[in-house]
Amino acid sequence: MTSSPSTTLREAARAPARGSLRGHAARAAPWLIAACVVGYALVVGGYAATVVAFALIYAIFVSGLNIFMGLTAQVSFGQSAFAAIGGYASAVLTTEYEWGLLPAMGAGLAGALAFAFVVGYPTLRLKGHYLSMATLAIGLITYEIAVQWDSVTQGYLGISGIPPLGIAGYEATTDRQILIVLSVCVIATVLAVARIRRSRVGRAFAGLAGSEEAARALGINVARYKLLSFLLSAGFGSLAGSLFVHVVGYVSPEVFSLHMIILSFTMLYVGGIGTIAGPVVGALVVSVLPETFRAFRDYQDLAYGTALILLLIFAPRGLAGLFTAIEEKRSP
Amino acid sequence: MTACLKVEGATKTFGGLTAVNAVSFEVKPRSVTAIIGPNGAGKTTLFNLISGALPLSDGRVLFEGVDVTAEEPEAKAARGLIRTFQLVKLFPELSAVENVKVGFHLRSRGGLLSALLRPRWVRQMEAEIDGRARELLDLVGLGTAADRPASALSYGQGRLLEVARALAAGPKLLLLDEPAAGLNADESARLASLIRRIAEDGTAVLLIEHDMHLVMNTADDIVVVDFGKKIAQGAPDRIREDPAVIAAYLG
Repeated sequence: MTSSPSTTLREAARAPARGSLRGHAARAAPWLIAACVVGYALVVGGYAATVVAFALIYAIFVSGLNIFMGLTAQVSFGQSAFAAIGGYASAVLTTEYEWGLLPAMGAGLAGALAFAFVVGYPTLRLKGHYLSMATLAIGLITYEIAVQWDSVTQGYLGISGIPPLGIAGYEATTDRQILIVLSVCVIATVLAVARIRRSRVGRAFAGLAGSEEAARALGINVARYKLLSFLLSAGFGSLAGSLFVHVVGYVSPEVFSLHMIILSFTMLYVGGIGTIAGPVVGALVVSVLPETFRAFRDYQDLAYGTALILLLIFAPRGLAGLFTAIEEKRSP
Repeated sequence: MTACLKVEGATKTFGGLTAVNAVSFEVKPRSVTAIIGPNGAGKTTLFNLISGALPLSDGRVLFEGVDVTAEEPEAKAARGLIRTFQLVKLFPELSAVENVKVGFHLRSRGGLLSALLRPRWVRQMEAEIDGRARELLDLVGLGTAADRPASALSYGQGRLLEVARALAAGPKLLLLDEPAAGLNADESARLASLIRRIAEDGTAVLLIEHDMHLVMNTADDIVVVDFGKKIAQGAPDRIREDPAVIAAYLG
């Protein structure tokens, strides 16, 4: 954005537009789209419901990733490790040891947070590429452990017969029930991230994202808040992993491979990094888009790739940023 | 009266180069002290030594009588030693008022739990922070730009925003690194009266500045450095006539 001499006048005109109907509409647009996609899946059910259910699980995972990468402007290629810990903890504890769903999920969460703390404490002192490389290694190592630790994870065979989502006797077994439970989880995640962002903690994240030096000069303990951001994103990653295994009923190492990282990065950037709605919109669009190109048959991947490139050219700030950008352009 | 800040023999060497060479001076409470000197004299390095951005090679820094030489920048900030930067370091993604709100970090409280639950005291605190942040923006003359993104501000406005953000942290000593650079005459005059007001309200100010008009109008005490050494110190009238200063500036 460049400031032209007439900005003061333009500002004066724009200021009241901030709370205007159009402004609200621009902010509500991504949520409406998300609600429509989920609503469609609820009505149609079947395969569409399965695709959207996966998308909602990814929405939670990517929301967590967004705390670390969007709000705090750090890079991690290793978040799949935390999803793997959550997923395998849920899978092993509910099948082998017959734990309840929530205790197993809690144990996975605790494990993921402990691992994130042990890994994050030394590596978060690294900067830029070094941190990225270190986190990439964490993801790959966790994957290898899932493959090799046969006695617990059953290697490539995977663990099956994982019980479905459910609390206190109520179980979500049909497509629609699963969709509703996951939607509630996504809403809770989104509210949590939104509240974190507008809090003192969120401002500290934004401060170190903008300039570590300036943040430190204002008394923000950069190392501590980076670690907190990493732990938060690991926590959401772990919960997403747990939800995944209960929804699918089966887990194998491939679930948490490098593909998961690539997919979640695509979702984050397509949706809009640093925004609250971005991860949700991105997860839904990136999951649903390839399905809508099914009619192209052999050219499905080509069409999907082209669509992604066009999206990144015309919406560099992501889909969630696109609406507000259009709104800003329209109001004179 | 004990000094607010005491610098004793501050020295910084980079390899064979001595950027700051045994500089000593004091900043009295409620006063404005200016550090002046030709480009490359070591002023900003001296600032970085005081704020903790760079470790000292030798010497000591005492803040309110406590040795803070080895403390990290955030620890010094927590004591009330707050700085701005020569190259403005704003949080570009945030609006002007949000930038100032980040500055309230040390003077507010609340962690993850209170962020998620948002109890009544947090809502009250947030409302108060918002009000005070806007007051600070009014004070530096950016009241009308409060909701603009920081990246859309002019260079001079960015500098003023940095001052407002630093004030939000409740400094006992405010370090300003070339606050008037890029400001027009109007803004510069406003800044001069603002600096006087900050000092009168009880915050000592230490500034690096090239704008001699601003320095002579605001400073109680001037420290002159050249080639990393302090060559003179005194009131503006004395400095103006000091032969060593005239020699350094006129070559």
